[in-house]
Amino acid sequence: MADETRPTSSSSEGHGGGERRPPRPGGGREGGGPGGRKYFRRKKVCKFCTEKIEAINYKDVRLLAQFVAESGKIVPRRLTGVCTPHQRRLSSAIKQARNIALLPFAGRAA
Amino acid sequence: MNRTYELMFIVRPDMTEEDQDKLVSTLETAVVSSGGKVKTFEKMGKRRLAYTVRRFHDGLFMLLTFEGSGGLVHELERRLRVSEPVIKFLSMRIDEEQKRLDKIKAIRDSKRKASAAPATPAEPAAEAPAVTA
Repeated sequence: MADETRPTSSSSEGHGGGERRPPRPGGGREGGGPGGRKYFRRKKVCKFCTEKIEAINYKDVRLLAQFVAESGKIVPRRLTGVCTPHQRRLSSAIKQARNIALLPFAGRAA
Repeated sequence: MNRTYELMFIVRPDMTEEDQDKLVSTLETAVVSSGGKVKTFEKMGKRRLAYTVRRFHDGLFMLLTFEGSGGLVHELERRLRVSEPVIKFLSMRIDEEQKRLDKIKAIRDSKRKASAAPATPAEPAAEAPAVTA
């Protein structure tokens, strides 16, 4: 349910949260642990583990496109919550798909 | 030692049916003549390319799965490289990945059989969160 929206929504919020967290222990501690947080972030889980998707194939563009940002970049693990083994397969599949022109390369606007 | 490979290639969108068939048949004969075996061939149809390749925005995608040796892959790639209407290709070995998937599937099936027999009411409960998640 929330899996679909997470990569897009967290790309803005999650990044800010990740950046803001380190200075928090100094000033934000008095706020009262979890209560002091502006928003509650629930733990992200790997889409491939929960939905038991084992085959990460370069031909499955619809699946891969969920993990590719608008710019064509691969979305990092810390934003999507994909586990390490699956991210490894995912990134290689995305690179193969780029090679055969199914997905755009990062950088240059298509 | 025969391995399974997958060869995806893109030909220019204005290529005629006859020329496509001719190209495919030459590839298939190349596979057979070097002791390989064609498993499947599929035309995936016209698709939009993610970026322009040789000034083309679309391409006809084809997928050929075959068994053979590494030398055969080299030969097919050489042919694709010299044939003018082919704009892009990608060959991949797929037997190891397939083996891995089969193994996982076998483990999963055996687990399902073991869990389905003693606890039938537990199964809908286990499936329900998977659907909502």
